[in-house]
Amino acid sequence: MQQTVPAQAQPLLRVENLQTHLYLRRGVLKAVDGVSLAVGTGETLGLVGESGCGKTMTCLSILRLLPKQSGRIVEGQVWLDGIDLTRLPEQEMARQWRGRRVAMVTQDPMTSLNPVFTVGDQVGAPLRAHGLASGARGVRDAAVKVLRHVRIPSAETRLDDYPHQFSGGMRQRVVSAMALACQPRLLILDEPTSNLDVTIQVQMIELFRELQNDSGLGIILITHDLGVAAAICHRVAVMYAGRIVEVGDVRTIYRRAAHPYTRALLDSIPHLGVRRERLASIGGQPPSLIDPPSGCRFAPRCAHRTAQCEREYPPEIQLAPHHTVACWHPLHEQA
Amino acid sequence: MLGYLLRRLAQGLLSIVGASIVIFVISRLSGDPIVLLLPSEAPPALIEQVRHDMGLAEPVWRQYLIFAGKALGGDFGNSYRWQAPALSLVLDRLPATIQLAFAGLAFSILLAVPFGVLSAVYRGSWFDTFGKGFAMLGQAMPNFWVGLLLILVFAIHLDWLPAYGHGTLAHLVMPAIALGWYPVAAQTRIVRSAMLDVLDSDYIRMGRAVGNPEWLLVWKYALRNAAIPLVTVLGVYFAAMLGGAFIVETVFAWPGVGRMVVEAVFSRDFPVVQAGVLLTSVLFVGANLLVDLSYGIIDPRIRYDH
Ligand SMILES: Nc1ncnc2c1ncn2[C@@H]1O[C@H](COP(=O)(O)OP(=O)(O)OP(=O)(O)O)[C@@H](O)[C@H]1O
Ligand SMILES: [Mg+2]
Repeated sequence: MQQTVPAQAQPLLRVENLQTHLYLRRGVLKAVDGVSLAVGTGETLGLVGESGCGKTMTCLSILRLLPKQSGRIVEGQVWLDGIDLTRLPEQEMARQWRGRRVAMVTQDPMTSLNPVFTVGDQVGAPLRAHGLASGARGVRDAAVKVLRHVRIPSAETRLDDYPHQFSGGMRQRVVSAMALACQPRLLILDEPTSNLDVTIQVQMIELFRELQNDSGLGIILITHDLGVAAAICHRVAVMYAGRIVEVGDVRTIYRRAAHPYTRALLDSIPHLGVRRERLASIGGQPPSLIDPPSGCRFAPRCAHRTAQCEREYPPEIQLAPHHTVACWHPLHEQA
Repeated sequence: MLGYLLRRLAQGLLSIVGASIVIFVISRLSGDPIVLLLPSEAPPALIEQVRHDMGLAEPVWRQYLIFAGKALGGDFGNSYRWQAPALSLVLDRLPATIQLAFAGLAFSILLAVPFGVLSAVYRGSWFDTFGKGFAMLGQAMPNFWVGLLLILVFAIHLDWLPAYGHGTLAHLVMPAIALGWYPVAAQTRIVRSAMLDVLDSDYIRMGRAVGNPEWLLVWKYALRNAAIPLVTVLGVYFAAMLGGAFIVETVFAWPGVGRMVVEAVFSRDFPVVQAGVLLTSVLFVGANLLVDLSYGIIDPRIRYDH
């Protein structure tokens, strides 16, 4: 599990103070509440956290694919290749960015493919949309190439098959092929492996790493499984209730987690594939994102909380060059 | 696949038999055809004679069995009124009815699909709201009334289209609209709600995330999925068209099975009524079977083997 952060001056993606609101009937839900993060070329950033903490919303904000009726980015910037995506007109976002420079693989490979179109059609569509292939023949050839790239056996013949004719692992590859078809610079994987069995997970992880070495692809990997994150990521950002509470390279996070929430997540990693109830080690529920507490959002569930925690949100503290935490009482400082 | 086909065929036959019994009994209950065939001052002996000759003296269930046996061979007897084989009379009118039913169905789909798609894409907008009101208005108007309204406006006032008759495309326009009008609202709702579901699906989101243009996602990738619920009920709507044709054909003097049967009902011309209705129910069943078999074309997951 040797991962070094690739050295670079300018990260590929830089998200700054992103705030995304969902305007719902029951109130304004602050799904993303001041998130900043960066991903370098060839780097994989893990975004971990409990269900509902805003991981998917963060990534949908980057792609500007929020729910049309209710979702708005109200604050912050998303810099990709030196351009602020939050300011681009939708037209340009669709034509030149989505799928072309940044693509996303959505949560479940079993439902991410259109059941009534062939795999070849679906993999070919983004190639055609971005003008990278044209004509029936051209698109077909290009699609075969992409399917081979993600190691789908006998790609030529499988092109005319429908998604239901593929196994779960193969479908995951097809979905990845769609996302990688136009060679984006940044790939967002929303829990790509959670519904697959362990051997397939391992294969997928290896495939992504290989592709990354070949092309310098930056990856954001969303997961609530720190075990998966440990296996594939260079750095990990831990998210809680719409905010990032700790960021660090993978080793630091695993050896010297400073935020009590990160610690709790680590303690709940299932061993040898045994799934444990999530966060069994700490009780309670994350706070409401409609009316979040003003202090540290984890305080109500935290064993180390003090009056200060409940009063004021903690500032970000830099513990090491690649390690920041937002906590009044970081774990290792005291030790 | 074969097992499925046989099962569906058996179900279809059963419905046709059921339809034949119902229509036979009802037409016998509706009145005595002898009254129409003979002048009222005819001597009772003659009435008995004719009743016997026509098989009307037998008990009803015997009459049905005789009728069913003959019907299997295509023999529904001669029309009392036209003195010609009832089946061939009805068959002559069949193409016109099928033409009208298809035109009506095509009209409704051609309207319902774009309406349904657009009101899903722009849900909550003025188009959606207006569409809902419009659909309600449509549902409140029976097809004969729509027909009369069309005649009033387009035939009498504007003189654009012929008020009645058959032969050219112009003759088909108003009857098809009158017939296809009613199901537009229901079909629009089916398409709209299916489309809302599909547009919110992972695969459409995935399509967006890899940069497919929105029009392609809506009109190609989402629509084919959203069309499945509509296709599954097309057989029912085709049946509704055949039913509606009875009235619309009468309004527009369209020379189809429907109008012939309506006239036959008024003159208690049983053989024609029976042949007409039975033929219509065969058409029902056939259409539903065809629709069932066509799911496979639109939805590759369907295999017919479970
Ligand atoms: N379409 C929506 N309508 C209303 N609320 C939503 C919607 N999508 C997400 N939310 C809310 O926004 C918050 C963040 O959701 P998000 O999907 O980003 O969580 P997540 O971290 O991806 O969770 P998971 O691990 O379950 O995927 C949650 O509180 C969720 O309830
Ligand atoms: Mg999610």
